[in-house]
Amino acid sequence: MENIDLQLIDWSRAQFALTAIYHWLFVPLTLGITFLIAIMETIYVKTGNPEWKKITKFWMTVFGINFAIGVATGLILEFEFGTNWSNYSWFVGDIFGAPLAVEGIMAFFMESTFIAVMFFGWNKVSKKFHLISTWLVAIGSNLSALWILVANGWMQNPVGMRFNPDTARNEMINFWDVLFSPTAINKFLHTIYSSYILAAAFVIGISAYYLIKKRESVFARKSILVASIFGLVFSIMTVATGDESAREIAKTQPMKFAAMEGLYFGTANAPLVAAGMLKDCNDPEKPHIKDFAWNIEIPGVLSYMAFLDRNAFVPGIYDLVHGNEQQGIVSYFDKIERGKIARQTLEDYKLAKENGNVELAASLRAKFEDQDFIDNYFNYFGFSYFDDPHDIIPNVPLSFYTFHIMVAVGFFLIALFVVALFFAIKNTLHRYKWFLIIALISMPLAYIGSQSGWMIAEFGRQPWVIQNLMPTHTAVSNIQSGMVITTFWIFALVFTVLLIAEIKIMVNQVKKGPKIEEE
Amino acid sequence: MFEQMEFSTLQHYWFIIIALLGALLVFLLFVQGGQTLIKQLGKTDQETTMLVNTFGRKWEFTFTTLVTFGGAFFASFPLFYSTSFGGAYWVWFIILVAFVVQAVSYEYRSKSQNLLGKKGFDALLFFNGLIAPVFLGTAVATFFTGSPFHVSGMNMSYWDNSLHGLELALDVTRVETFINLSLGLAVFFLSRVLGVLYVFNTIDHDEIIKRARKSLLINSIPFLVFFLFFLISILLIDGFAINPQTQEIFMEPYKYLHNLLEMPLVTALFLLGVVLVLWGIIRAYFNTDKCATKAIWFSGLGTVLVVLNLFFIAGFNNTAFYPSFTDLQSSLTIYNASSSKYTLVAMSYVSLMVPFVLAYIWYAWKSINNKRIDQEEMDNESHVY
Ligand code: HDD
Ligand code: HEM
Ligand code: HEM
Repeated sequence: MENIDLQLIDWSRAQFALTAIYHWLFVPLTLGITFLIAIMETIYVKTGNPEWKKITKFWMTVFGINFAIGVATGLILEFEFGTNWSNYSWFVGDIFGAPLAVEGIMAFFMESTFIAVMFFGWNKVSKKFHLISTWLVAIGSNLSALWILVANGWMQNPVGMRFNPDTARNEMINFWDVLFSPTAINKFLHTIYSSYILAAAFVIGISAYYLIKKRESVFARKSILVASIFGLVFSIMTVATGDESAREIAKTQPMKFAAMEGLYFGTANAPLVAAGMLKDCNDPEKPHIKDFAWNIEIPGVLSYMAFLDRNAFVPGIYDLVHGNEQQGIVSYFDKIERGKIARQTLEDYKLAKENGNVELAASLRAKFEDQDFIDNYFNYFGFSYFDDPHDIIPNVPLSFYTFHIMVAVGFFLIALFVVALFFAIKNTLHRYKWFLIIALISMPLAYIGSQSGWMIAEFGRQPWVIQNLMPTHTAVSNIQSGMVITTFWIFALVFTVLLIAEIKIMVNQVKKGPKIEEE
Repeated sequence: MFEQMEFSTLQHYWFIIIALLGALLVFLLFVQGGQTLIKQLGKTDQETTMLVNTFGRKWEFTFTTLVTFGGAFFASFPLFYSTSFGGAYWVWFIILVAFVVQAVSYEYRSKSQNLLGKKGFDALLFFNGLIAPVFLGTAVATFFTGSPFHVSGMNMSYWDNSLHGLELALDVTRVETFINLSLGLAVFFLSRVLGVLYVFNTIDHDEIIKRARKSLLINSIPFLVFFLFFLISILLIDGFAINPQTQEIFMEPYKYLHNLLEMPLVTALFLLGVVLVLWGIIRAYFNTDKCATKAIWFSGLGTVLVVLNLFFIAGFNNTAFYPSFTDLQSSLTIYNASSSKYTLVAMSYVSLMVPFVLAYIWYAWKSINNKRIDQEEMDNESHVY
């Protein structure tokens, strides 16, 4: 690697991670609870029963407290692409900027306009217009998720663009390829569905608290009923789309896939590790390799999961680094060489242009249009920034654990919703205190599962910001690390103060409980 | 339909959209201006609550416009995004912090157990109201006066001053600093003027209106002084011109004055904007209640026109819209900083939704604002800030 400021990179990453994690503490609840509120208000409008209005309004208040801070952290994220990742912003702005702009125009305005009607319109607009507004808030917030996830999906699996050597950036050639990339679609569906179940777990958890305290029992039961149906449907969808995401990763990001599973040596008929613990190998010959201290394996399932074929070969980390001729896997050593050729070609082209060597320039320029050169050389452009292939391996234990935690949470939540629904229908929730306590605990668990999902997605693709094209360390702004350290701590302080305020207000609001409507 | 357009037409089109978003943002800063006036216009707790709620119901629009302004700039002129945001790091950082604290302050200020207390959140609202207009205005002034940066052959940008943007407001050895600051202060006082006019429009409370009338005069005068200083200065300074044949950048005396003279439509709209702003202020100051309520629309539209055309003077007619004074040839123009033609075309289709968005915003706004806010409403409303 060239003369790069490691401190700058690490702090920029830390700052981005800090902001993203804070943002993601608030966003999933918004994505899900807005739909739950819309459903509850629909029931109110259909039945005219004031109890449902009370329910709707209570969850709306909770949503308002959560929403404000989500907006605040989102703003920082958007501008951090410019302030901290300015080289990235140029290299990919032509593609990446577009979804961000569309998000502003299409989604954020919709959300913020109708939120005003939702909160302040009760006595000002008709019941019907109010209900439509509530639905539009839900749709608007989920639309904002769509565009940002299209952007993120593109970073994991860049499609629909071509490198332009004159401007030294990637330029979009097909908007629909970017929008309908399977990575983006899976990411969008999996993310919103998982957010719906987080919101359902949240509603169930708080309602369980009331039942434990023997308060608001009608309110709590009705809330749990709606939330558990909603949660059950989408928890199954979450598993299905998660599975689909994993298959997509096996194709487009095999290194991430191997890291997720802690798979060092590829095999056919690969087993799925249901749970396990990694330890250092202590073999001086293999300093990069870890081993399982213990694990539970289900034979053949991984091959089936990844390629729908029990006998398929799943490459391990070792195969990807060192290549595997039998399976047609190009080694990272090779990819680095090819990437360097691509980069050299770009530099030669720039030089030829500067020197006015028109003929040479034209012939070099043509290479960037040549599909063969693109497939076999340019597609490894990012590898040219590395010398040691072992630098291109993500943190394996982190990837492995976060992935497994998420999956465990997913199955746990299915069980939770089934049981909650069963008791709610039989109207016996109040009798099972053990279950109510579990429901309360599942609230933080859902958050942990959701955060873990992003951890695997983002840590698992390291060291790339743009898979195979742009390593994280070349993406940073040309600024001093001291600046980023300062802003990191200021943001950390501000966000933490706001988070504490948020939690205190939320707890207080829950303790107060829903207000009786004087109608 | 957009496919058939020239690349440069699309670049102009997107600069117009950016300018429009910027102009709407400056108008919507009336929320910020209002936040700095809450203590002066509202003496009792009830009055304060009324004022906070008046502005609180609109803060999201300003915020979302800022977000969209950023996103649209990223998408259409990514080199500006990477150069300015990564370069003038401190300026943008301070602006961001100011908006972060705003977002939560309304929602949290009157909730119990809110950690910072009502006073604390009100102080944050004041902080936002002060910082956002001053810094945004100062930043926009650098579109005329330039910034210290250079861009490499691979289009990577480097800032040439270790203060990373703050020097543009602090370096008193340069005349340009005063031009920058004068726009910052002009925007600040303008936002307060607009805030006052918005109070006339929405609040039904005699005491508040009386105080607001006084405040209108106090803020209009400094606004005019700073704005005129800025305007006259930029008409006299050398501007950053582009040679259309070679795309080379050179300093042209009276460039911005020339731009006005060479673009009569821009000049006409600009002057119309100035007249509308003044007309709104005068109407509100000298007239009775009825006229005062409408004044915000005159001054608001005027503000949009003035800012819109300031952007045009900075970026059209072969002018570099984000100039560099340390490396002239690195200056950003709408030609060298833009996205590819394909991307501009794709986004232009999306931009067709803008009228639709404006229409529903207008409809929702009207249905919420159909009655002026009074004490009775505050007592009966279930969602009070
Ligand atoms: C409560 C939340 C939650 C739950 C229960 C699950 N997920 Fe998940 N998962 C997410 C929340 C999440 C997420 C936060 O939404 C992520 C992060 C990025 C993304 O696309 O979605 C994610 C990412 C993510 C990824 C990585 C995508 C990428 O790197 O682009 C995979 C492979 C899975 N999930 C698979 C699963 C499977 C097989 C589950 C089965 C039970 C599962 N997830 C449950
Ligand atoms: C780096 C990535 C991200 C950026 C730059 C970003 C940007 C933003 C911005 C600027 C806002 C404020 C919008 C406003 O003014 O109303 C916001 C809010 C929001 N964002 Fe993000 N966002 C990111 C990640 C995500 C993800 C992954 C999702 C969902 C899957 C998401 C969903 C939302 C939602 C629903 C809101 C509304 C506010 C809330 O309830 O929290 N964002 N985001
Ligand atoms: C809101 C949900 C998200 C969370 C919780 C999240 C989490 C993270 C984390 C933990 C990192 C640090 C990884 C590392 O440096 O090793 C990171 C990095 C990053 N993420 Fe995300 N992310 C989210 C959404 C997104 C989205 C939607 C985008 C893009 C559209 C995005 C783009 C990036 C970028 C550019 C980096 C910095 C470069 C890097 O370190 O890889 N993230 N994110």
